[in-house]
Amino acid sequence: MDKNENIIELIDVRKVFDGDTVAVESFNLQVKKGEFVTFLGPSGCGKTTTLRMIAGFELPTSGKILLNGEDISKLPPNKRPVNTVFQKYALFPHLNVYENIAFGLRLKKIENTYVNKNGETYVKREKLTKSEIDKKVRKALEIVDLEGFEKRGVSTLSGGQQQRIAIARAIVNEPEILLLDEPLGALDLKMRKEMQIELKKMHKKLGITFIYVTHDQEEALTMSDKVVVINDGEIQQTGTPTEIYNEPINTFVADFIGESNIFNGTLVGKLKVKFCGATFNCLDDYEINQLVDVVVRPEDIKICTPEEGQLKGRVISSVFKGVHYEITVGIGKFEIIIHSTTDAPVGGIIGLRIEPDGIHLMEKVYTVNKYDGVITKTNKVEFGDGEFECDVTCLYAGSHLDEEGYLVTAQGEKLDLTGTEVDVEVDTHDIMMSDDLSSGGAQGNIISMIYKGDHYRYIVRTEDNEEDYVLSCPDMWNTGDLVGIIIPKEKIKLSLKVTEDGK
Amino acid sequence: MKLRFNRKQLCIPYAVFLVFFVLAPLFVILYYAFTDGQGKISFSNFANFFTNTNTLGTLLYSFSLAIVTTLVCLVIAYPTAYILARSNLKKKYVLLLLFILPMWINFTLRITALKEILSLLEGNISAYPFLNSVIGMTYDFMPFMILPLYTSLLKLDKSLLEAASDLGGNKLTVFLRVTLPLSVPGIISGMTMVLLPSMTNYVVLDMLYNSTYIMGSLIGSYFSAYDWNNGSMISLVLLVIIFIVTLVTNRFSDKDSNARGAVL
Repeated sequence: MDKNENIIELIDVRKVFDGDTVAVESFNLQVKKGEFVTFLGPSGCGKTTTLRMIAGFELPTSGKILLNGEDISKLPPNKRPVNTVFQKYALFPHLNVYENIAFGLRLKKIENTYVNKNGETYVKREKLTKSEIDKKVRKALEIVDLEGFEKRGVSTLSGGQQQRIAIARAIVNEPEILLLDEPLGALDLKMRKEMQIELKKMHKKLGITFIYVTHDQEEALTMSDKVVVINDGEIQQTGTPTEIYNEPINTFVADFIGESNIFNGTLVGKLKVKFCGATFNCLDDYEINQLVDVVVRPEDIKICTPEEGQLKGRVISSVFKGVHYEITVGIGKFEIIIHSTTDAPVGGIIGLRIEPDGIHLMEKVYTVNKYDGVITKTNKVEFGDGEFECDVTCLYAGSHLDEEGYLVTAQGEKLDLTGTEVDVEVDTHDIMMSDDLSSGGAQGNIISMIYKGDHYRYIVRTEDNEEDYVLSCPDMWNTGDLVGIIIPKEKIKLSLKVTEDGK
Repeated sequence: MKLRFNRKQLCIPYAVFLVFFVLAPLFVILYYAFTDGQGKISFSNFANFFTNTNTLGTLLYSFSLAIVTTLVCLVIAYPTAYILARSNLKKKYVLLLLFILPMWINFTLRITALKEILSLLEGNISAYPFLNSVIGMTYDFMPFMILPLYTSLLKLDKSLLEAASDLGGNKLTVFLRVTLPLSVPGIISGMTMVLLPSMTNYVVLDMLYNSTYIMGSLIGSYFSAYDWNNGSMISLVLLVIIFIVTLVTNRFSDKDSNARGAVL
């Protein structure tokens, strides 16, 4: 192999279903030969679609997939040297175990070199012989530890055994890449743990590149060399399990991988961050006064005496979890979750310490909501799939509205604003949600919620054009709730769009 | 007093029906088949059946007509069912309905209409009796072939086809090695449902001026000549043939008893 040791490379891959549903967006990834790569993300995030594009079941809408440097984006699945282990095994019910595993081998043609009478060598593409197939099938059964199952019908096997046969059927073809689509999803916990270890062993033994799809973060961290965290069709972070866990790049990754406390913080000095009412030393360098999200893992918080603590709080609850206690501590209006091997009495006052390397800062992704809006006939503003009352006089300094609804500028000019395009800005804490759908200017479903110590950060997405509203709210709602969006009139900041002709 | 039925009591109407209209006639047939005109036990009817070249010829003709009809149905129905089941067409239920719709129109009316079309195409339709009978029966029994095929193809797990192509199969191999074998229950079920009625449905032949006897018309002719004994024997032999065919085919479709179920 040449210097380019990436076995597979995805360049700007994008997939759109039915014309407007974006499943995967600007996906860029390089996988090295022999790596164990995991696509991790919540369901519907586009991880399986990406895998299916590598397998050839879906064609990317745009972008390229390179295998050993060659573009394979348009090749049908049977022309790709990759094999898939399907989520529900997809074993052929009309064939027995042996025939299932031999399926790919019987279709395969290999190049054999012969020497003819004149001493010239020539290459002939031939099918595998019966004994070659037999040897390979038996070897594959041996790898998955199911020798002697050749004659069994697939429906007589247990879930775990079917899973192994599915793996054997894929690896027997000696693919360059093995794709696994949530292969352990249907197994019970104990079986899943066993198979995780076995898959890892198999990966080491075979030296094949594995691309594994899962929504189980623990599975991803246990098995992979490299984890690709995906959300909403986009890669959030790529890195080793330790990197992903210890240095999450944004709050989504921090929240999805393991448990975390997420707070709003402000930089108050060089390497000093203030959150929960106290100032801490940190390792991430940001500008002073920068607003940041602060992520602290529950196990990075140490309990000490109230005098020694950087923070002081009352224990709200303590739950024994086997290896550790999960202790919830209330500090003012904030709540912090701690994992500790020692218990703390409920109701007692304790001190908390966080070392600088336990504090992860990340730039705030959402500080303000921005939309393109249009002024309607009734001097309301239309944006984000909704129509809101607004104060149009803020568009022109010193202007006022006359009785007919026309805007009169400071110079006395009368303007009809209908159809005027404006930029709309709304702060995250100025948006409210309501059960009463008709009370708001727009409505949508809560698609994400992250707890930030004293409040939740929600993202509400409208149904029609999938516009997002990011908002903070101290009350707890459920993901999936359909809510009305209320924005007070004075909190909607409008500004005229700067057009080319300067109007 | 409250009306209460247990399960046994609810069976009574059907049991009565069964006794009077299925079991009793069967015994009557058995009685006539193995007696002569005077009511004495005799096996001459049985011997007649297998020595009479007329009867055997009719059996052969019925079989060939039924088999050709079944094969034509299969050849037309399979691709249709395949396309209907595999396509993502929003209108596919409308299409399916169009194929089923003829079943809802009285069958004599359908055949009469077909007769008009055929005479328009062929002129003298009595010149092609076999062909016309095949066309008529195919027309008549097509839905019985399409429905089981459609159901069994619809149930086919798409991931199996993906797996087959993932393992190196091109479109033809995937069809031959996965789709076709897995639709065998549907094929068997459809074939049974076309083969058996097309051996006996002589009304189609009558209406299309095919004067050759098939099993149905042969039995009819004996009965109308008041030869109960030979007529019964032929019915009995046909019954046994159908029983054997069903027994054999059930063996194949056992695994997939749902294939028979229709979607509409």
